Amino acid sequence: MASTIQSPIALPRRSDSARGSESGIWIALFAITMSFAAFISALFIRQASSDWTHIAAPPILFGSTAVLLISSLMLDISRRQMGTKSATYIKEGNKGLVFLAATLFLGLAFVVGQCLAWRNLAAQGLYLATNPNSSFFYVLTGVHALHVLGGIAALAYLFLQLVVGNSARRNLVNGVVVYWHFMAALWVFLLVVIWERL
Amino acid sequence: MEVPEIESVRWFFTERGEHLDAALKTQAHVHAPAEGFLGKYVFSLDHKVIGKQYYALALVSVFVGMVLSWLMRFHLVWPNAKIPGLEIIAKTGAPGGIITPEYYLSLLTMHGTLMVFFVLTNAPFAGFGNYFLPIQIGAEDMAFPRFNMMSFWTTFVAFLVLITAFFIPDGPPISGWTAYAPLSAVGKDAGPGLGWGQNLWVISIALFCVGQLLGSLNFIATTLDLRAKGMTLMRMPISTWAWFITSAIGLLAFAVLLPACLLLLLDRMAGTSFFIPSGLVVSDRLQNHAGGSPLLWQHLFWFFGHPEVYIAILPAVGIVSHVLTNSLRKPLLSAKVIIYSMMSIGFLSWMVWGHHMFVSGMNPFSSLLFSFPTLTITIPATIITLIWLGSLYGANLQLNSASFFALGFISMFVSGGVSGFFLAQPSIDMYLHATYFVVGHFHMVMGVAAIFAIFSGTYFWFPKMTGRMMNETLGMLHFWITFVGTYCIFMPFHYLGLVGNVRRYSSFVDDFMPALMPLHKFITIAALTTGAAQFIFLFNLVYSRFRGKPASDNPWKGTSLEWSIPSPPPWNNFGGDRPVVYHDPYQYGLKGSTGDFIMQTSPEKILNE
Repeated sequence: MASTIQSPIALPRRSDSARGSESGIWIALFAITMSFAAFISALFIRQASSDWTHIAAPPILFGSTAVLLISSLMLDISRRQMGTKSATYIKEGNKGLVFLAATLFLGLAFVVGQCLAWRNLAAQGLYLATNPNSSFFYVLTGVHALHVLGGIAALAYLFLQLVVGNSARRNLVNGVVVYWHFMAALWVFLLVVIWERL
Repeated sequence: MEVPEIESVRWFFTERGEHLDAALKTQAHVHAPAEGFLGKYVFSLDHKVIGKQYYALALVSVFVGMVLSWLMRFHLVWPNAKIPGLEIIAKTGAPGGIITPEYYLSLLTMHGTLMVFFVLTNAPFAGFGNYFLPIQIGAEDMAFPRFNMMSFWTTFVAFLVLITAFFIPDGPPISGWTAYAPLSAVGKDAGPGLGWGQNLWVISIALFCVGQLLGSLNFIATTLDLRAKGMTLMRMPISTWAWFITSAIGLLAFAVLLPACLLLLLDRMAGTSFFIPSGLVVSDRLQNHAGGSPLLWQHLFWFFGHPEVYIAILPAVGIVSHVLTNSLRKPLLSAKVIIYSMMSIGFLSWMVWGHHMFVSGMNPFSSLLFSFPTLTITIPATIITLIWLGSLYGANLQLNSASFFALGFISMFVSGGVSGFFLAQPSIDMYLHATYFVVGHFHMVMGVAAIFAIFSGTYFWFPKMTGRMMNETLGMLHFWITFVGTYCIFMPFHYLGLVGNVRRYSSFVDDFMPALMPLHKFITIAALTTGAAQFIFLFNLVYSRFRGKPASDNPWKGTSLEWSIPSPPPWNNFGGDRPVVYHDPYQYGLKGSTGDFIMQTSPEKILNE
């Protein structure tokens, strides 16, 4: 057994970094990825059935895809327009805010586009329970749209913080940016699945 | 050359320090002490209160679940006996107080659901984890206290929704805790409780998933971001590691169950056909669904369900390792190997879900593929067990309720684990599937083992949580009745299974079964006795909370951070200080200035560390 003597020893490097919201978002992305993996695997098992058919994806999806990708770009520009000070982003001039507002607007436009896509499908007589393909279409786009709405709420919160308080926590801004990019990338992936498989 | 270096070091520290201070000020985990009854005890942001809330919810659930198991055991051996008062709750399920076969299945479903979700997940993981993870890493609170509060209250609503199923005319569902489709998907045609009862079940489990996702996210962020100075990952106690690994499993597992619940709900309420096949006739009615795959539900459910087993058992392994090291008064042979073994169990848990489906009509080659990693899991599990047992050699074992329950856990874990070898092999499982052998297996290795760890943790940490000791005499009495009683209940299950006694039957009418009735009667009497002994524990818990002997800050001479603060801890855990950690968590069996141990916060230097 080791014996001891009284003397302080050198400390290892502190691992604490107070990343806060940013780590939270990254962790949440793992869970979201897993959820969509579950939906997609369900799709792959379900398509083996004889009632699997084909539905024509509404063309408006390509418009909304472009809208979402541009919004992602806008958000990144917005962040670059802001100044940083230790743990916060500061509104420097109104450029950052304008781009943030553009992101918010385009995000809402995307959700409206999805609603139009659902109406397009409904007009063709394709509802949630009509066939497995339409079921998966509504489920995948619906769950994704819900996540985008969550992102829009976060963007609105950031916008208010920057307008009222002139600054926003850096880790929150970074977290929301990561989340928003992820939603855009996820949507492109879902679009490929919808185009190829539904 | 040296001046710029010093400058750069200073710059590094000030820049980093400023960054940290500013970050900490805005960081959510620094919050003011709560005021008022609601803020302190109900909608509290304090991880300790939330931990106790989870524990209390688990305690209520476990007693409800236990009473349900009593009713089942009672019905099995005295099927026509009246249970006075039961007809008030279950008008159609138990007319005149006599349980119908259908109501037996309702009891079975609710027992399983309550125990697996609201007890085995809530107590060792969410309950103890919430209370002790932040303290053991030297943090003031969780990374996201508000999410933490939401996590509990979502779980609480999930509990209420589930319990509501008892009080609706339809009654609770009869599809088992696994809710196999298409039985669970087609609605009320399939039997009592499968209308709104099953809807409530699905909604409850979906809510439960949301609560656990928030909780797991919090655990991971807290462990990664809020460790105290000097608290490297490998200096975290094994219990913290267990909660950390479990939260990673929980984050991914509940993220799969939630979509599965959504799809099931759509099948039930929106007329989709994810799980309901074509041409299905139930109760003489052709179901208006087509093309769905019942196997898909099994895949999704067990892809969550098997990791869920480890969500229940890994925190138990962590708690037992933590308690045992303290009781042995010497380090385990290797804490690191236990941690690595837990990681590999966590990893392997994703590759074995098909072993629940050997007889489902899956390709037999798939069975083989699932069998191999299942058997592989026994390797890390055996390593952990051997480390515990090997560490007993030459130990100065402290005999108390906490250490007895920890040793009892090992006993259950091994006894229940050994029957896993049989079930992991498709050829043997074909015979044993859906018999009492399986029931005996998972009750011992997952159910009772985890419960033993909860007891061990309770006796061990109660002084810290309340500032009072639990009564040791009652604790020992509780241990021996529970330990012997549990073997009396679940060992015979294995023999029943081997002779072909199928599970989920409410009565045994086949020719060979009446001969087994004496054994069933013995099991029922053992279950009633063992269950009754749990009221000793409940009494001890309540009595000690108010009348127990006052506990010191460190009654067990522990080394980890929870023992460096007052009992019970103040609202901000470390009184506003950030503790500094100097050592590995288990410095026992050496000559420190305070005795045979050196605390993690002690700056004493240890040779050969």
